[in-house]
Amino acid sequence: MAGTVWKVLVSEGDVVESGQDVIILESMKMEIPLSAEMDGKVSKIMTNEGDFVAEGDVLLELEGI
Amino acid sequence: MNDQWAKELQDRVQKIQAGGATKYHEKNAEQNKLFVRDRLELLLDPGTIRVEDGLFANCMEEGLPADGVVTVTGKMNGQTVCVMANDSTVKAGSWGSRTVEKIIRIQETAQKLKVPMLYLVDSAGARITDQLEMFPNRRGAGRIFYNQVKMSGMVPQVCILFGPSAAGGAYIPAFCDIVIMVDKNASMYLASPRMAEMVIGQKVTLEEMGGARMHCSVSGCGDVLAKNEEEAIEIARRYLSYFPANYKHKTSKIEAKSIQEGIRSIEEIVPDNQNVAFDMKEMIRAIIDDNSFFEMKELFAKEIITGFARIDGRAVGIIANQSKMKTGSLFVDSADKSARFITLCDAFNIPLIFLSDIPGFMIGTQVERSGIIRHGAKMIAAMSEATVPKISIIVRKAYGAGLYAMAGPAFEPDCCLALPTAKIAVMGPEAAVNAVYSNKIAQLEESERNEFIQQKREEYQEDINLYRLASELIIDGIIAPERLRDELKERLELYESKEMIFSERKHPVYPV
Repeated sequence: MAGTVWKVLVSEGDVVESGQDVIILESMKMEIPLSAEMDGKVSKIMTNEGDFVAEGDVLLELEGI
Repeated sequence: MNDQWAKELQDRVQKIQAGGATKYHEKNAEQNKLFVRDRLELLLDPGTIRVEDGLFANCMEEGLPADGVVTVTGKMNGQTVCVMANDSTVKAGSWGSRTVEKIIRIQETAQKLKVPMLYLVDSAGARITDQLEMFPNRRGAGRIFYNQVKMSGMVPQVCILFGPSAAGGAYIPAFCDIVIMVDKNASMYLASPRMAEMVIGQKVTLEEMGGARMHCSVSGCGDVLAKNEEEAIEIARRYLSYFPANYKHKTSKIEAKSIQEGIRSIEEIVPDNQNVAFDMKEMIRAIIDDNSFFEMKELFAKEIITGFARIDGRAVGIIANQSKMKTGSLFVDSADKSARFITLCDAFNIPLIFLSDIPGFMIGTQVERSGIIRHGAKMIAAMSEATVPKISIIVRKAYGAGLYAMAGPAFEPDCCLALPTAKIAVMGPEAAVNAVYSNKIAQLEESERNEFIQQKREEYQEDINLYRLASELIIDGIIAPERLRDELKERLELYESKEMIFSERKHPVYPV
């Protein structure tokens, strides 16, 4: 959903597990944790803390390992 | 009777009951599809009475047994029901004139008996070669939909979609109260991918165009996604167990069960910090009878939860904000989803329970452009008009028009009760202080700002203090979380005799 990127919890190159929170958005005065949908390595982060993002935007790319 | 006649009758019946050619039965089996009469065996109570009309429809023609549709009246969960079921082994379940006439007649029977009507759909659509006989006339296919609209709210109408439901046929599910779709096999579309490519040049797969999963999660045309046919039939049986036979009756109370064993207490489930999400489904399980939740549109607009349950054996409809999904704010789809569910419960005398934890209606250009205001109006209209017992529970936040949509005090709920974690306000403290004092804050020195904001937020908190709201009789009571289930049990029992007429008129001008 539309909101602001509050915290980016991972860095490029990090290995994450499916279900692990990677980014927290802030919208409607609520925290919205976004979690990885698969195990993988963070290959690219395409957003900065404070950015306004909309539904459908890609914030981060994972590559399978 | 003459032996030869008896033999002829028996042979003919057997042949018709066997459906279409063997190759079509084999094709069905390959797709994990059951024969229409086997579906009916699973749907109806085993070994109970049933009658079938129109078995001999189109029997003078070769290869059109029962004209591709079985229409029966029988028993389901002990309740009389009417059923029409397409036979996909007969010309892919397509409709000829007698198919349509049979469907119309079973609908008329359901209206006369005032019993639920089930549509077991698996049909390629109209037989174009027969169009003059089955399409445009007074008792052509259009009459099926006309009847459905007439029956809507009179008797429950259930659709199980086993295969395609194409073109005009796609309106059968559209006019039902619930559409259960079998994953992979069921589909619904006005034009097939082949037609879309020919007419508008679009290339898509059938699943993208009108697959079961797409409809249950994206378009909202489907309500429940079933793994296979057996599950779909079981879901239909379970769904109807929450309903009376028609709008004149109430669902029977069944034996009460206690809550699910090992579930956490509401106090543990609901975080005090309004900014942190929690799973509202867990909270629902903490107040309802064990294993009694039947969720509608589970995969669609997940920020609102809508479903049937039993509390102390009584059927209820629950509408609850899910802060875990999109903050629990109301969006275009979630407002529609709620409006429809509320209307469904109200039509069949199922009491409504609202569990609020809502930051408000979603804001921003995206939702404004999609008409969030008119979609929100649908939900507020449906909720206002509902005359069944209406219980409003403020679990946590109820901000802005969110309070209104969730049956706030102005919308004549039978009661509006708050848990101690509740916050009722036009908006949250952060946003409110900013809205009222933004000029003042901008004028202040950097060093003074934080203190000022903090002070104003505290004043605001005091202003919306729950006991103040209770003292002003805005809410009817504050209840301890561990009392909630008992409170609901008692109120549901006491409100049973509720009877009211909402308004005098022909009908409202629906906000759509």
